Amino acid sequence: MKPINQKAWLLILPVVLCVAFSAILPLMTVVNYSVQDIISPERRVFVGTEWFKAVMRDDDLQGALLRQIGFSISVLLVQIPLGIALALSMPAKGWKSSAVLVLVAISLLIPWNVVGTIWQIYGRTDIGLLGATLAKLGFEYSYTGNATHAWLTVLLMDVWHWTPLVALLCYAGLRAIPDAYYQAASIDGASKFAVFRYIQLPKLRGVLMIAVLLRFMDSFMIYTEPFVLTGGGPGNATTFLSQYLTQKAVGQFDLGPAAAFSLIYFLIILLLCFILYNWMQRVGTQDNSGGNHG
Amino acid sequence: MARIDLDLAHAYKPNPQRDEDYALLPLKMTFNDGGAYALLGPSGCGKTTLLNIVSGLVKPSQGGVKFDSVDVTGRTPQQRNIAQVFQFPVIYDTMTVAENLAFPLRNRGMAADKIKQRVDKIAEMLELSGQLNIRAAGLAADAKQKISLGRGLVREDVSAVLFDEPLTVIDPHLKWQLRRKLKQIHQELKLTLIYVTHDQVEALTFAEQVVVMTRGRAVQIGSASALFERPQHTFVGHFIGSPGMNFLSAHVSASGVSVGGLRVMAANAKLDGDDAITLGVRPEYVTLAVPETFGALPATVTQAQDIGTYWLITAHVGNDHEKRDGSLIRARLSPEQNIPKVGDVVWLNVIGTHTCFYRNEELIA
Repeated sequence: MKPINQKAWLLILPVVLCVAFSAILPLMTVVNYSVQDIISPERRVFVGTEWFKAVMRDDDLQGALLRQIGFSISVLLVQIPLGIALALSMPAKGWKSSAVLVLVAISLLIPWNVVGTIWQIYGRTDIGLLGATLAKLGFEYSYTGNATHAWLTVLLMDVWHWTPLVALLCYAGLRAIPDAYYQAASIDGASKFAVFRYIQLPKLRGVLMIAVLLRFMDSFMIYTEPFVLTGGGPGNATTFLSQYLTQKAVGQFDLGPAAAFSLIYFLIILLLCFILYNWMQRVGTQDNSGGNHG
Repeated sequence: MARIDLDLAHAYKPNPQRDEDYALLPLKMTFNDGGAYALLGPSGCGKTTLLNIVSGLVKPSQGGVKFDSVDVTGRTPQQRNIAQVFQFPVIYDTMTVAENLAFPLRNRGMAADKIKQRVDKIAEMLELSGQLNIRAAGLAADAKQKISLGRGLVREDVSAVLFDEPLTVIDPHLKWQLRRKLKQIHQELKLTLIYVTHDQVEALTFAEQVVVMTRGRAVQIGSASALFERPQHTFVGHFIGSPGMNFLSAHVSASGVSVGGLRVMAANAKLDGDDAITLGVRPEYVTLAVPETFGALPATVTQAQDIGTYWLITAHVGNDHEKRDGSLIRARLSPEQNIPKVGDVVWLNVIGTHTCFYRNEELIA
């Protein structure tokens, strides 16, 4: 029989320690809060699953969750096609490609809170380019007063901020396609659309999966930009999950419910990412057996 | 199907001045309808450039391409109706084998039942019938390469099928099968096939006519035996054959040809003048000779290798150990003979009907 060597445990110890301090311990702290009612730093009561039940029934929270899902879906629906289109139209080589790459990447380099401030000013009807232009055109635009306007402005801001990331990923994916594919397609008489549909899109599957996951997770956790731009208003039209959570935990100091909800929040993200990942893995690799030809 | 006439030169850089600036030096060449041709040469000799010019992927910077006397220089591969198989198999990942084969026909708007008929026929020819409905992405490299080939063959009216080192990624034992398949297809369909390779065995077994290229120049076009027996250029002698032709520095004068000061041949009409030439003789035609025979040279053996079916002897002409350029000679000797040992001085016969003479790398006699 092979002797059992327990030394391997020692070798993974550093990783275990790192993960413990970066993920497990903070998460356990949250778990700890979620099952207690903290009345004051000295007094705390164990309440079991009470907070989870309360949080699930909370209308405000359900509203924030729905808004959040709507926002994330909109972000993906706009940014992924737009990013692909942008990448397809970017020059492939020469100084033009470098110049365009730098230009496209600029918005990614701006800190989140600055993005919020930029758009706050941009959208002002008195001095902002966007707001003033819309006002001049006779459009009663107000991201502070009109819920739809606020919502669209936040979406537009996110599209402006993050579409370049999708575009850059797709650009890298496109450059990795060997020339022979385009040459073969040209010999096969493929139209531009067929080249996109049968060569570029399938070859982009890997980077698109990363783009979708990144954009989904980031948009699902969006906080700073809408906080700076609208503060979650008007009313709570642009109050997304993170902001709701922060209000609860830091603003009202309801640590128990906030902790309970952040656990649910965490599980939602994990679950959705899992579903997305598996679905995208399947698309394009599953066998088309039985598909007829001719 | 078409007769292809080339009269062109190509440089990737603008304003080529010297020969080195050209990827292809000016050349004139004809590929006959229904012929099997190979473009053979080392990497960077311009063979792929030439192929891409024929297919229309590259436009020559000078001159043009004619298909059946019609100038097609400005036309795309699609308009020229060319099929091309690349070094790495190109398949459409999301499609099945059948859809891959049908793709060129579908793009040309052919009726569905006709497409199916044609796809089935080609699949059968390529032994892909059993795999028609599975996704092409999951197949092995040789099957993928067959699909790339099939996409070219599926079009009935294709002018020529071009191959750009198509067997590079194929396992050796499958190479033979695919090569045989290609020959078979050539015989059945009578298509013009042009095959680019750096492997002389591949070129010589596949093609009726081999174009040997080096540094942007087509140095000889001929059958396998012509390339072997009468290399028009020292490069051909050196590149074809294993090992390549022996080249000895020689001198021609009124009294005849001499190598290293020893007269080996009488003067004749073709060999005149008084200057340095190169004597070329294949290792297969170098034989052991009785010392002091006219037409033989004394040489010191430096290496004797048993290659299995023959012995390969490497020697230096002259009985000193000084290694000069143009004095190295190799001989393939049958194992039945008395094989000389390293250090022996042997006389090797270098003059015969297969001996060639070169001046400035070109064949003169």
